[in-house]
Amino acid sequence: MALRSSFGTKWKRSFAGWRLIGGPFLFGFLLLLAPLFLMIALSLWTQDYLDLDRTPTLNNYRDIFSHPVYVMLIKRSVSISLFVTMVTVLLAFPMAYYISFYGGKYKAIWLFLITIPFWTSYLLRIFLWKIILGYNGVVNSSLLSLNLIEEPLSFILYNANAVVIALAHAWAPFAILPIFVSLERIDRSMLEAAKDLGDSAIRSFFRVTLPLAMPGIISAALIVFIPTIGDYVTPKLVGGKDGLMIANMIQVQFSKANNAPLGAALAITSLMTVLLISLGFLFFNRRYLRKQTQ
Amino acid sequence: MASKNMMNEQMHEQMVELSNIRKSFGKLEVVKGIDLNIAKGEFFSLLGPSGCGKTTLLRMIAGLEVPDDGVVVINQQSMNGVDANKRPTNMVFQSYAIFPHLNVGENVAYGLIKQRLPKAELRERVDAMLKMVDLDGYYDRPSYALSGGQRQRVALARALILEPKVLLLDEPLSALDKKLREQMQDELRRIQRTLGITFILVTHDQEEALIMSDRIAVMFDGNIAQLGTPQEIYDKPVSRRVASFIGVMNFLEGKCISKNKTSIVVDVESLGQISFPRDIIPEDTSLDQLCVGFRPEMFTILYNKKDKAENEFSSIVKNVDYYGDMSYYTLSLPNSDKDIMVSMRNTSGRYVYDLGETIRVGWRSSSLLVLN
Repeated sequence: MALRSSFGTKWKRSFAGWRLIGGPFLFGFLLLLAPLFLMIALSLWTQDYLDLDRTPTLNNYRDIFSHPVYVMLIKRSVSISLFVTMVTVLLAFPMAYYISFYGGKYKAIWLFLITIPFWTSYLLRIFLWKIILGYNGVVNSSLLSLNLIEEPLSFILYNANAVVIALAHAWAPFAILPIFVSLERIDRSMLEAAKDLGDSAIRSFFRVTLPLAMPGIISAALIVFIPTIGDYVTPKLVGGKDGLMIANMIQVQFSKANNAPLGAALAITSLMTVLLISLGFLFFNRRYLRKQTQ
Repeated sequence: MASKNMMNEQMHEQMVELSNIRKSFGKLEVVKGIDLNIAKGEFFSLLGPSGCGKTTLLRMIAGLEVPDDGVVVINQQSMNGVDANKRPTNMVFQSYAIFPHLNVGENVAYGLIKQRLPKAELRERVDAMLKMVDLDGYYDRPSYALSGGQRQRVALARALILEPKVLLLDEPLSALDKKLREQMQDELRRIQRTLGITFILVTHDQEEALIMSDRIAVMFDGNIAQLGTPQEIYDKPVSRRVASFIGVMNFLEGKCISKNKTSIVVDVESLGQISFPRDIIPEDTSLDQLCVGFRPEMFTILYNKKDKAENEFSSIVKNVDYYGDMSYYTLSLPNSDKDIMVSMRNTSGRYVYDLGETIRVGWRSSSLLVLN
């Protein structure tokens, strides 16, 4: 009897659990998992003019790896977004550090100020970069009027540099916040202890602050890296010919080239690339995370 | 007692000399011009309630705060302009500040790394230090897996391995439970005696200060109220405030009614007229309003019928605090509604009085203290 009732409550409890997550689960399934499986299926099919040939085949993947342009685009996307990640994290860290250590009672105001760029749509901000970086743009005309250059710089717009600048600016707040949080979590007496044990400010930064902030830095890197690798708008608008990334090619396959299966295969391939690199990040972070779990 | 005198003789050399140390945070002055000398090899305690400036004073010795005024001299060298990382002091922090990303051995070796010792020697020294704090074989333990007491030992080892001239301890035992705290008190004392290093302990726990220290500075409101050995502070508190902070003290109002060169006669509330030697009264005491104090153990409960005392009175037990070895009885004084606390040791076979019972209390005028 007792056994049965305990089984009953157990079942009831797990039912309650399912009922609670049921809605979000359905949401996640329909909007995340189902499309993903559809894409995987699509990538295994073949476009036959207007029809889809549903015989499973790996031909699309073979195409990707036998045409240098696709591999080149994936490589470029990875290197651009790795570079964006590096620049963003390097710029975000000092800001987060300043807010956390010297923000005092203005911390909340600083964090609020950081969100100001979001008040404008991303598209508008990219168009603004065009104005700033363009041939007759703000940067060039000021440098010209200061007689620092003789003719406008052309390497700052319509190439990979412009993509890096625009993306690094757009993603900075997402990098600042996790780093800020991890810096806030550092018990200040740790830094005093390091000083007391003989460390100069620089030494204690590298021996205590940086390792303890590492989880925040890694998550900042992931938050920036994962979305930027598949970014489509930025390269399209400021990337020019040499700044195009894999997402632009995927879009072409789905539309003009009328080869959705190849587009799907490209999407899955870049998804796998992101997954592999992110796992690398996480693996790198694991020793820090493990040591900090208390 | 003999060992204490010996220690006093060794204490000629001053290790820490503070003169006119002041520190304010904003408008609040937390340390108000402190002069203090601490001898080499001394176990010294800064004792006071929270906010009395004791931790700030300690941090100024460590170099973690800069005094607004005054000079800190450690080992005959002025520390003005010398940063914490260059001072011959090390600190055990209240939170222990164990680095979570390093294991026990790496934590202990933290300050040694700079000396670029050969690996084997470094390991040997860390192991020896871990042994000293009773953490033998803990080198590879991750630091997050340590208990409170173990963290405390790691913090201690990490500070001591640098062989500081002065070890600073900021309420190191306040986070531990009673049993562990008592054990660590003994251990700290043992380590201090073995190494002969000057220890400066900040604590708000008067019992801890009495047990551990060679000398104590009692601090209130940024000033030192009294400086002395534990016995001096317990037996001869200089003021009512010190007396009530250290241990339990009963206070009675008194008034001087006559005096001559050698003695004064005080009319003490409900105890009557008592004659005191003139010199036990501090000079600046106003004679109209005296405060007379006595500790619970200075009055004796006359347990046996034939027990006699110089003076005695009977009273009804109003409350009993039973501690096992001791009982503290709340009684009222004759012809007064004032409550006093009297203690009795529960020697084996002795009965613990119950509420409402009448007991006889004996006292001697020499056990009364006259205070400011």
